[in-house]
Amino acid sequence: MGPGPRDSMRRAIPFRCMHRDCPRTTMKARTKRMILALVAVGGVAVGTTLILRAFKNNLVFYYTPTQVAEGKAPRHSVYRIGGLVEKGTIKRDGLKTSFTVTDLKTAMRVHYTGILPDLFRAGQGIVVEGRAGPTGIFMAKQVLAKHSATYMPPEVAASLKKHAEFAKQAQLAQSR
Amino acid sequence: MNFFHKYSSPKHFYPLAGRLIPWFGAITAVLMMVGLYWGLVIAPPDYQQGDSYRIMFVHVPSAWMSLFVYVVMAVGAAISFIWNIKLADVLAASSAPLGASFTLIALVTGSLWGKPMWGTWWVWDARLTSELILFFLYVGYMALRASIDDPRRAGQSSAILAMVGIVNIPIIHFSVDWWHTLHQPASVMKLGAPTIYITMLIPLIIMAIAFQMFYFTVLLVRMRNEILEREKHTGWVADIVDGRG
Amino acid sequence: MNWSRFFAMGGFAVYVWSAYGFAAVVLTLNVVIPLRQRKTILKRISRFLRFDQGDQS
Repeated sequence: MGPGPRDSMRRAIPFRCMHRDCPRTTMKARTKRMILALVAVGGVAVGTTLILRAFKNNLVFYYTPTQVAEGKAPRHSVYRIGGLVEKGTIKRDGLKTSFTVTDLKTAMRVHYTGILPDLFRAGQGIVVEGRAGPTGIFMAKQVLAKHSATYMPPEVAASLKKHAEFAKQAQLAQSR
Repeated sequence: MNFFHKYSSPKHFYPLAGRLIPWFGAITAVLMMVGLYWGLVIAPPDYQQGDSYRIMFVHVPSAWMSLFVYVVMAVGAAISFIWNIKLADVLAASSAPLGASFTLIALVTGSLWGKPMWGTWWVWDARLTSELILFFLYVGYMALRASIDDPRRAGQSSAILAMVGIVNIPIIHFSVDWWHTLHQPASVMKLGAPTIYITMLIPLIIMAIAFQMFYFTVLLVRMRNEILEREKHTGWVADIVDGRG
Repeated sequence: MNWSRFFAMGGFAVYVWSAYGFAAVVLTLNVVIPLRQRKTILKRISRFLRFDQGDQS
């Protein structure tokens, strides 16, 4: 086949035309880049999701007492349990404190020696780090207080406390 | 549409930004003063955390901004990567140091809040860790840009990092719902009413808008610098510099 | 207004004021650095322009 009019036209167009007047070539490059961007972001999103799902157990910052009772916590290493400090269970002896952590289903006795955070009190959401002793008592090395996502002035809290509804809500909020 | 077309050219954007900066700066200053006075003096102490909760008025706005600026940066990077729009790359490049600053403030003030309330400066829970990764993303983006001399190539390569890093943003936001974390769940940015009493919520909102305006103000200054640097060989920049003396 | 009570922050002064102080320093740097950058850039460009004009004459 000899050089037809179409071939000569093709030759007339520069190989990589980035000019505005070449909509066909620029469209192509642009679409390519768009696909590249979508593939890159999509790929990383899928990869991250898979990694996060695979490491789900290691990403858990704490276990609930119920999860510990179900055997979901590591038995022989240090881990954390989170829940509420059950009312009327705190016993202090100098720096030694013992109390019960509950998720309102299962309760666990905790022993701890050291300074407690300011927010530590009955009914407070806390996270304790340590390991389970041979008697089933959790020997804590560190006690961290969780605070609720609720903020209000003391007067408001006091007046709300009169209503039983508040106690329920605060417990729900802290057990999260 | 014509408006966007015109002002997406650096030559026209430069003077427009210059006119906006003093206004934005003034709004920022007023909002900051009102927000600080309201948050530190007028707002009552918290029933559980006393006065320590006041750290919230800098911690929460900077944490919100750390996410917002990243989204702006990633969108700017994507637009410059796909459509080759110079101003979008300028936007992304100028946003990075601001985003890194907001992230750093959120991390440090959060740590200063965590010590008295949680009983620890730092824990490796999902929220804190993902926010730290965000800081490294900003720093990595800036380092990558700085390591490539040609601004066009620097823009293209760093854009990929910025776009890919967007994956981290929903992880940060939902980390407190997806995993057990020491960090408490959201009080404002959630479905349903905020769980912050109104006299504490108002200064928080004012500070949040103040931080937003701060970002826009400094962003415009930084973008103008970037534009001057990139267009230094053009006639219009020469006219501006000559006109100044 | 009771200033000593204001500065005491209910016993959390160290934490609250360090947090606000740190934020103030970082935000101030964010204003100062780009403004100084601008001066440097303008100076460099005007020097370049003068050199350019000198070259032509």
